[in-house]
Amino acid sequence: MPWITRGLSEGIVTTRYPRRSDGYGPDFHGMLLVDPGRGVDRATEQAIGECPTGALSIVDDRVEVDRGRCILCGRCAALQPEVFRFDPSFDHSTIGRSALHVRGGPEDEETLAWIRSGLARRTKALRRSIHIRHVDAGSDGSEEWEIAALTNPVYDVGRLGIFFTASPRHADILLVTGVGTVGMTTPLRTTYEAMPHPKVVIAAGADAASGGMVGPGYASRGGIGDIVPVDVYVPGSPPSPFGLLHGILLAIGLVGATRGQTTTGDHPGGLAGPLPPQLSPHEPASRPEPGNRMEAGET
Amino acid sequence: MTTGGVISALEDDAFAGDAFPAAVADRVEHGARFVGLFATPSTEGTRLVAVLARDRTIDQEELLLPAGWTRYPGLAQRVPAAEWYERAILDLHGLEPTGRPRPDPLVFPLRPGAGRPRPMAGAPAGPTDPDPLSLPPRLEGEGVFTIPYGPVRSGVFEAVEYLVETPGEDIPHLRTRVFYKHRGIEKRFEGVSIDDGVLLAERYEGVASVAHAMAFCGAVERVAGVEIPPTAEAVRVVHAELERIANHLDSTVRHVEGAGQAVAFARFSLHKERVLRLRGQLSGSRFGRGVIVPGGISGPPGLGGAELLTAVDRLEKAVRADCRLLLATPSFVDRLRGTGVVSPELAARYTLVGPVGRASGQHEDVRVSRPYAAYGHLGQPLAEPRSDGDALTRLHVRFDEMWGSFHLLRQAADDLDRTEAAQTGRGAGSAWQKDIGPVSGEALGWAEAPQGEVVYLVELQEGSLVHARVRSASFHNLAAFALAFPHDILTDFVFIEASFGLSIAGVSG
Ligand code: SF4
Repeated sequence: MPWITRGLSEGIVTTRYPRRSDGYGPDFHGMLLVDPGRGVDRATEQAIGECPTGALSIVDDRVEVDRGRCILCGRCAALQPEVFRFDPSFDHSTIGRSALHVRGGPEDEETLAWIRSGLARRTKALRRSIHIRHVDAGSDGSEEWEIAALTNPVYDVGRLGIFFTASPRHADILLVTGVGTVGMTTPLRTTYEAMPHPKVVIAAGADAASGGMVGPGYASRGGIGDIVPVDVYVPGSPPSPFGLLHGILLAIGLVGATRGQTTTGDHPGGLAGPLPPQLSPHEPASRPEPGNRMEAGET
Repeated sequence: MTTGGVISALEDDAFAGDAFPAAVADRVEHGARFVGLFATPSTEGTRLVAVLARDRTIDQEELLLPAGWTRYPGLAQRVPAAEWYERAILDLHGLEPTGRPRPDPLVFPLRPGAGRPRPMAGAPAGPTDPDPLSLPPRLEGEGVFTIPYGPVRSGVFEAVEYLVETPGEDIPHLRTRVFYKHRGIEKRFEGVSIDDGVLLAERYEGVASVAHAMAFCGAVERVAGVEIPPTAEAVRVVHAELERIANHLDSTVRHVEGAGQAVAFARFSLHKERVLRLRGQLSGSRFGRGVIVPGGISGPPGLGGAELLTAVDRLEKAVRADCRLLLATPSFVDRLRGTGVVSPELAARYTLVGPVGRASGQHEDVRVSRPYAAYGHLGQPLAEPRSDGDALTRLHVRFDEMWGSFHLLRQAADDLDRTEAAQTGRGAGSAWQKDIGPVSGEALGWAEAPQGEVVYLVELQEGSLVHARVRSASFHNLAAFALAFPHDILTDFVFIEASFGLSIAGVSG
């Protein structure tokens, strides 16, 4: 069987993320960083004005970037490289929409390591496999490629006990891409309603989070948040496989946290009440420097 | 580029005499290829623009419909490839073709008489709900079944619904519903800057971002009369060919996944991942976004020619070995042989483009017939002409195209090495990008996407967009998709879909 020898010919190509950090992509535009040390000068103001999605603003004399809107086009970094630059890291998914608003501040290794170890613990603690139902609600098609990449030998999410399922009735996580078209409103809601509790919704990509470059119009909404309640946001246009994986791992934390709980009416099927502190994705008590990077989850 | 005639519907005779469809049909009969039909609002009414290609030229026939007119003489009876365009124009502009039954909705089903998204001024206040009742009803009756598949499908797919209708003893019939993910993206082009226009073009059909950006920028550069710097031309080719390889590998992955070839699935998805990473190294984006800008490219590539060459060589060696093995795997090849046949007659009738067309005798490739970027001076291998038209032939075409892409990549990498040492800086006015300025005018732009020819009709007013009309190869080819199912729809479905390799985002817009 020639295919068998072919399969072995490359050795191990699978990433060790989230157990170890993955060194992929020093040139990769994972996210936009804002230098906190600089005041807002003319060039910075111009860059803010030129952002095609309105992702940049000034809050309390500091530049704030809304990663739910940023499509990583690089325009701000080209206009004002001293304030804006790209970073290859990818673990920027957040619980709740407002946590995507990030003000200038360090994204240090320590913070990232802290998130990673927390996630690894959480997947292990869950001790069961997780099933994901994907729904396209008006993507540009690239998001589906990046989700499909999760099953390639590099990311191989099966090793983490993560599987894609055809049936919403077996799904724990609803992974939604796209701007939220009017045509997909009913199919998306129906899928969401068919899922058992607890269920967690991930908005994958800037389009799903905010409408991105396409934005709201006669045929689309500004993201999927008006259609189903979103728990986890993954930035990017499209989000990278690692970014998606990070978002899924955050969601698994939520699945683990809410298993066995009943849900309340105003947030049906999502999270009921605040997370127990030991399972909160952003344990503020042990944070090295809370506040400058992510706010605690809205929920 | 020459421009064909403009016919005014005010001349009653012309209208009654169907001068517009006659002119288009006449040119098609004399060898022109029907490329697409666009509607664009203008101050005097609505322009209908039929785009036609012949040999190395592309031009248009136009009909001006005065404001308030809602009917025009249809093309589809004489030019079948115009069918889907007429359906989309009815959905979005409310213009109805005469001389034929009212066409079914396609991209946005609205009640007859409902307000249409275009040419309304400005963006409508909020989302307009589509009206599913305006869709043709499902077949009903004794012994008649309709099996719906989608729009939420098993697996990771774009949203589309297929209706398999089995009317009694007859051969089942497939209907495709693409409106679910219509985003109304063409409308978003109105009034934005050309820089924002590229970002929209990159998202029209996200797996072919580079080709769409090139077609859009090609139109803008034609309006401005700007020739882009030679290094930018080479970089554009590098990104376009990597995009082609990634898409053809994606199609291959879907084939082997459908055939349950686990090791081949792992291998080809690994190759695809490596191509996306290479693109990421070159540009910071795994889809080459942000590279193509009006007037050139945004800045120096992240890899030098020599490094690129090494990566390309390694990739080609691995991909070639696996393709060879795949084509020597009888259990796989047998599933594709004779499956989903598109006859040369059908391909000609619908003027199919890209690999789907080339597997059925429609050989035009705009990289050769209307070269852009560096294609004019790079050696392009002549692909073996094919016309068997089954899924296996389409896969062969894709493999041939990948070898052609590797060949082009090596030449473009050479070009890069020759010039890159002297190049620094970025942005308009640098060695990578010419300044476009606040230009006005209208032009067509094109590129050969992995799915086939993409065409943009762009009108600019002092550097911002009046409108952009987009015709993706996916839209054009999907019209023939349902016709490729003469036999067993259910078992062959996965292979036919994979071998068409279309993007639904590109179809529904
Ligand atoms: S990189 Fe993001 S924040 Fe910067 S201009 Fe582009 S979209 Fe706006």
